[in-house]
Amino acid sequence: MIKTLLCKVMNLPTFYERKQIVTPGDLLAENDYVAGDNTYKENGKIYATRVGLVDYDNREVFVVALKAFYVPFIGDVVIGKVTEVSLGVWLLDIKAPYPAVLRASDAFNRPFKPQRDEMPSIFDVGDLVIAKIVAYDRTRDPLLTVSDLGLGKIKRGQIVEITPTKIPRVIGRQGSMITMLKQETGCQITVGQNGVILVSGKSPEDEQLAVMAIRKIGEEAHTSGLTDRITEMIKNEKRDVEHA
Amino acid sequence: MKSPIIIRVKQKQIAQLVSHGKRLDGRGLTDYRELQLETGVVGRAEGSARVRLGKTEVLVGIKIEVGKPFADVPNKGVLTVNAELTALASPSFAPGPPSENAIELARVVDRGIRESKAIVLEELCVEPGKKVFIVFVDVYILNHDGNLIDASAMAALAALINTKMFNYEVKEGEIKVKPGYTPLPVKNYPIAVTFAKINDKLIVDPWLEEEQVMDARLTITTDKDGNICALQKGGYGYFTTQQILEAAKIAKNKAEELRKRVVKG
Amino acid sequence: MPKKKTKKLIDKNGVRIDGRELNKLRPIKLEVGILDNADGSAYIEQGKNKILVGVYGPKEVHPKHLAISDRALLRCRYHMAPFSVQERKSPAPSRRERELSKVIKEALQPAIFVKYYPRTSIELFIEVLQADGGTRCASLTAASLALADAGIPMRDLVAACAAGKVEGHLALDLNDTEDKEGEADLPVAWIPTLNAVTLLQMDGKVTLEEFEQLVNMAIEGCKQIYPLQKEALKAKYIAVKEEVKE
Repeated sequence: MIKTLLCKVMNLPTFYERKQIVTPGDLLAENDYVAGDNTYKENGKIYATRVGLVDYDNREVFVVALKAFYVPFIGDVVIGKVTEVSLGVWLLDIKAPYPAVLRASDAFNRPFKPQRDEMPSIFDVGDLVIAKIVAYDRTRDPLLTVSDLGLGKIKRGQIVEITPTKIPRVIGRQGSMITMLKQETGCQITVGQNGVILVSGKSPEDEQLAVMAIRKIGEEAHTSGLTDRITEMIKNEKRDVEHA
Repeated sequence: MKSPIIIRVKQKQIAQLVSHGKRLDGRGLTDYRELQLETGVVGRAEGSARVRLGKTEVLVGIKIEVGKPFADVPNKGVLTVNAELTALASPSFAPGPPSENAIELARVVDRGIRESKAIVLEELCVEPGKKVFIVFVDVYILNHDGNLIDASAMAALAALINTKMFNYEVKEGEIKVKPGYTPLPVKNYPIAVTFAKINDKLIVDPWLEEEQVMDARLTITTDKDGNICALQKGGYGYFTTQQILEAAKIAKNKAEELRKRVVKG
Repeated sequence: MPKKKTKKLIDKNGVRIDGRELNKLRPIKLEVGILDNADGSAYIEQGKNKILVGVYGPKEVHPKHLAISDRALLRCRYHMAPFSVQERKSPAPSRRERELSKVIKEALQPAIFVKYYPRTSIELFIEVLQADGGTRCASLTAASLALADAGIPMRDLVAACAAGKVEGHLALDLNDTEDKEGEADLPVAWIPTLNAVTLLQMDGKVTLEEFEQLVNMAIEGCKQIYPLQKEALKAKYIAVKEEVKE
């Protein structure tokens, strides 16, 4: 409300209410606004590039995409699937436009010796790996590391996949959502920024509950009051289980 | 097909010149390169022509065979156009099955001849539904220096005009060759004029380096009465409506000039 | 040239064989996100045309040497199912299909931010399940929805429509009979925010004046299709939003 008023005073036209669905080519704002995520500016006009919900933050106009693929970012923790073991490197599918590279020397923590080192004994095709992106730019594929705490091969648990743009909602403001999820379900939850999430708990039931909650967050990410609704859902489910 | 890389300085130079109404080889924006045309260059073919447009060189040979008509047009001869981007014509052409560029080239040349009704296909019917003449137009690119479409279309038209068919009579369903020749019934003269868009300006007859700089390409084919009979936009850019309509007017005038050269007398 | 005509295609009141007026589109139905495996997909029915489009990518380019260092490689395969036409069509790609694949690709690329994802490929597969004239335009209309559904950043959607000349009349969105028996067909693809024509072809015979009218008529058709495309994209997500509200 205040924002709309402010805009009118400043004579900066915007063309949509906050959280309205827009599609590529929709004109979102004119003049002094700054083009944020999933928008572009041309001749003083800002347009959407993806289907999503438009939002305004000060002078920035952006679109929260309803569907997008993961684009690697240095420092991101991701969960990937080993697709190829070749001499000195593993290739991982991290659900990005580019395959990710993990060097054998990183996993062995010393120079790779082809005659001696059995790469599949560390990671084999089909293994799921938690890794961190250490290098990536336009000219080369993302490079991974597993030599950090909490990184490495996944041995147990369940995997949930959601659209990567919705990961921030799984984490919540200052981690509020993920903290609640962990507390209420008693599960360990590792969030890959690429939309792949690992859930591991004491029992399959606990894991199932966490998986359900995360799926619901994925589906309803663009609605308000989400944390409360998810908490309520988990509590209801737990009550049902106890009563049964 | 990857084109040879053109140095960036030259790309800029070409684009800048065009925005000042000039071109690297001194031509005006709507000038063609020098056109040379020879017909009857391959004796074995029923008709042939060789066109040089600047350094672009195209040879077209016409062969005529007897075959079956298409079921939906039993009383018409058949026109078939094929284009070969021969590997000797450019380092960017590879031997092998026709690329999408070769297919597009053949189909644009075909469209001009077919839609202008250049060949009176009804006159090529021997026995409706059974026997007709098939006209094979084979376009051979010998040297690629841009604007293959216009050069090929002109060479194809010149070759068709040059084509002589043997005289024949039909006896008990069989074709008997008689002495003498008659020209192929060619009654219309389609001419393709190709534009390149560079820096939002239109130029005609782009040579290779201009093609590598251009945003998009537009070919407009007009017939002898000034009707438009085929269009093809190519390349990854776009045109505004205004540019398209402007191009159509230029194409009509340019085609008239070129037609006089290709159709002598 | 004499043409066999069993009946007139346009009556004296300017009504066409399918009951349309000259400047009317056929009924259009659009759906988004209908294929499970594809990264993006769309389906279009326009008259009797039924066309399915799937998009994969951006992803690694195979074979690798085709990768372009500063942008994504857009690949397109327009294909007609053997049963999509009256007489069975060989499933092998024809020269027509290969040409259409090329011009469709070139018509879509100006709308895609290909520079964002260098060294990748975006693969577009178009399957015409039933053909009734104007399939390249209907394919394009659906293809830009499938690209948007795949989350590929686009400057705008691309709308496509043809106009043509039938028995001396200029008409919008020709059906198969009108296309085959008519004098000319001019398909156009158009990007609204750029006011750009990205596909333009024609076969037939028209005067310069008719040509101008046809281009404008086809663009008017695109202007009618564009809002339908936006609606179809939003419809997929509005369904989710409504569910949540309850």
